[in-house]
Amino acid sequence: MITAGFNDPVLDSQRCFRAVLDAMSRPGRIHRLPALPEAPAPLNPAAAAVLLTLVDADTPVWLDQPEAADWLRFHAGCPVAAEPGAVPFALAAGAMPALASLCQGSEEEPHLAATLLVQVAALRAGQGWRLAGPGIEHEHRLEVVGLPADFLAQWAANQARFPRGVDLVLCAGDQLACLPRSVQITEG
Amino acid sequence: MYVAVKGGERAIGNAHAWLDETRRGDPALPELSVQQVEQQLGLAVDRVMAEGSCHDRGLAALAVKQAKGDLIEAAFLLRAYRTTLARFGTSEPVETGAMRIQRRISATYKDLPGGQVLGPTFDYTHRLLDFALAAEREAVPPAAEAEADPTPMPRVTELLAREGLMRREPADTTEPPDLTREPMRFPTSRAGWLQALARGDEGFLLGLGYSTQRGYGNSHPFAGEIRMGEVTVEFTPPELGFAIELGEITVTECQMVNQFAGSKSEPPQFTRGYGLVFGHGERKAMAMALVDRGLRAEELGEPAEAPAQSQEFVLYHCDNVEATGFVEHLKLPHYVDFQSELEKIRTLRKGGGA
Amino acid sequence: MIEQGYNFGYLDENTKRMIRRALLKAVALPGYQVPFGSREMPLPYGWGTGGIQLTASVIGPDDTLKVIDQGADDTTNAVSIRRFFHRVTGVATTERTAEATIIQTRHRVPEATLGEHQILVYQVPMPEPLFRLEPRVAETRRMHALADYGLMHVKLYEDIARHGAVTTSYNYPVMVNQRYLMSPSPIPAFDNPKLDRMPALQLFGAGREKRLYAVPPYTPVRSLDFEDHPFVPVRADAACVICGSRASYLDELIVDDGGTRHFVCSDTDYCASRPPLQEDAA
Repeated sequence: MITAGFNDPVLDSQRCFRAVLDAMSRPGRIHRLPALPEAPAPLNPAAAAVLLTLVDADTPVWLDQPEAADWLRFHAGCPVAAEPGAVPFALAAGAMPALASLCQGSEEEPHLAATLLVQVAALRAGQGWRLAGPGIEHEHRLEVVGLPADFLAQWAANQARFPRGVDLVLCAGDQLACLPRSVQITEG
Repeated sequence: MYVAVKGGERAIGNAHAWLDETRRGDPALPELSVQQVEQQLGLAVDRVMAEGSCHDRGLAALAVKQAKGDLIEAAFLLRAYRTTLARFGTSEPVETGAMRIQRRISATYKDLPGGQVLGPTFDYTHRLLDFALAAEREAVPPAAEAEADPTPMPRVTELLAREGLMRREPADTTEPPDLTREPMRFPTSRAGWLQALARGDEGFLLGLGYSTQRGYGNSHPFAGEIRMGEVTVEFTPPELGFAIELGEITVTECQMVNQFAGSKSEPPQFTRGYGLVFGHGERKAMAMALVDRGLRAEELGEPAEAPAQSQEFVLYHCDNVEATGFVEHLKLPHYVDFQSELEKIRTLRKGGGA
Repeated sequence: MIEQGYNFGYLDENTKRMIRRALLKAVALPGYQVPFGSREMPLPYGWGTGGIQLTASVIGPDDTLKVIDQGADDTTNAVSIRRFFHRVTGVATTERTAEATIIQTRHRVPEATLGEHQILVYQVPMPEPLFRLEPRVAETRRMHALADYGLMHVKLYEDIARHGAVTTSYNYPVMVNQRYLMSPSPIPAFDNPKLDRMPALQLFGAGREKRLYAVPPYTPVRSLDFEDHPFVPVRADAACVICGSRASYLDELIVDDGGTRHFVCSDTDYCASRPPLQEDAA
């Protein structure tokens, strides 16, 4: 049984896109998604909405757990890839793959780098990390529950590769926050 | 105040009404039908299909009528319509070797299997205005017909290749790029540039092709073969798994035969330039073949210094819908930028570095 | 009434998704030109097809759209584009800068400071800031990869050596977040400082050249200059004959055969929202 996608595919994906665009433009700012599909396990609603908004037949997707593959193929028509190394979109419902293992783009074509969706336990504003960089007036604070212990070290390496590097969408429940490769993170 | 650019909505509406009126012309005369355009201005329709990259004679004829005979405007109309169409898939490659020939000529052999077929051509007409056409004539007497010659018509380039004198094209099984879906990347593949040339502007390609004959990128071409006629278009639906016939389209193909001195790894042999366009578009197919050969300079280890040998120069400028848009955008108001230039020049003339 | 037979915003959903993906990468790479599969639009290339495709991919029923060309809402191309979006989306349109959530512009940045809730979409004819110095795209791509902008610095330096000043007065190149050299589109250099650390998201679309780019909010945008020749934004040294502003960018009008010149605000909403004829202190 395949559960429902967006209620209104055109307008719901537009609303979700605006949330993702604003989240990517203001790193660390938490957005609650305005329209959600019936996400099948193990997808959380925010991650499912982002995928339906952005992927289609032109974008292979890698899923760390295959249970939602049929749902995604049915609603988005995207190929599901077996390996994460060359895909434009990857989703980690469980443990996050190493950032360095994903497509980084090249110096001449850094836009070909992957976008990684990571499902996390919680996102909290006003505490935790200190974020700086494009999109941030002074400082954004963000606490993320459920990332690997060495995440900040991985992020520092990702950031050092700029303009190459992976962009992150962190999804918790119906909320998301983004970490574009341009953002610097320091421990709070 | 400043009516010319602050006309607004009403001015636009009025302008369009006037355009409609001038398109119709003198209402005392019968209106031109789309079918008449399609039947009697067939080469205009062919050119619009080629440069609009959409094979539909009826729509192309409508575009010619709507554009008042401005063929670049018509190609633009057809392209803008084309982009809104759903895409069902990609056809199988058409087999021009199996073309139902209307015209086939070779400048390299006096005779060859299948023979020379002149077909409906302007060649050898004396370009004298035919005043009989100005008067509405009685029905045109039918041209003489004969049984179609069943002899297969092998391509001239194939005859040369069998002898080992024509360079074999390396087989390329990679999926060709689609320049209507993704931006061109440079250097692009031959499949990529042929796609761009096939819908490129006839006049631009004609000028460039001509330049290769005048020493700007020596190509020493012979018109190995030009053929025009009907080819079958086939499509393999994924659910069927075998090709089904969709119909026939008319195309013109030109294969130029060019000298090639050879290289360290290859003996002296002929090389080819290729042109293929929708409809009967012989001038365009020939120009395209010349430019295709020009663009192969790098691949064949030749110096690539002439305009027709530069991928970026040719491919960024051959599209008339892009070119006409950008040239014509100069008539949009630019007074903000012009004002900044005025102030800059006044300051510089005062001798004050701002 | 929304035009029948076309999708919301004219573009099909696949095209919107392709552009949306490219926009997110553009935001993650401030000032970098992302190639995208620009479509043929029912308006000519060079007339705003890039900006239109971006607006169409971003806009929703809750938005209020403003379209300006040369700073004005009533120039013919601005009217035409605003009408197009009204036909294909039915969204509200406005001439008031403060009321708009999306502002599509050609050649100007509004005088009013934009807020976080707004998106500014620029129509861009030539996205490559280096194109007059190096027309080959493959070459300029390499230069951006290496952040090798020596050509541009030499050009500006030669201007100063020859003329005592940089001769570029519009489309004046900027460095975005100290990494990518970027064309701000052909806005007058007067507008360049407004791009720096703007609270609104700025999106740039070049349809014919098939590239888009972005400047995220609060991102440093510096006009190229030299320590001994700092960048100076230039406007006509005059006051608007309608509102008297001596701070806004002005259009110059020739009002008689004797060549008498008058100046009026280029930003029509800014001008209309000021009390008439209050001459500022010079």
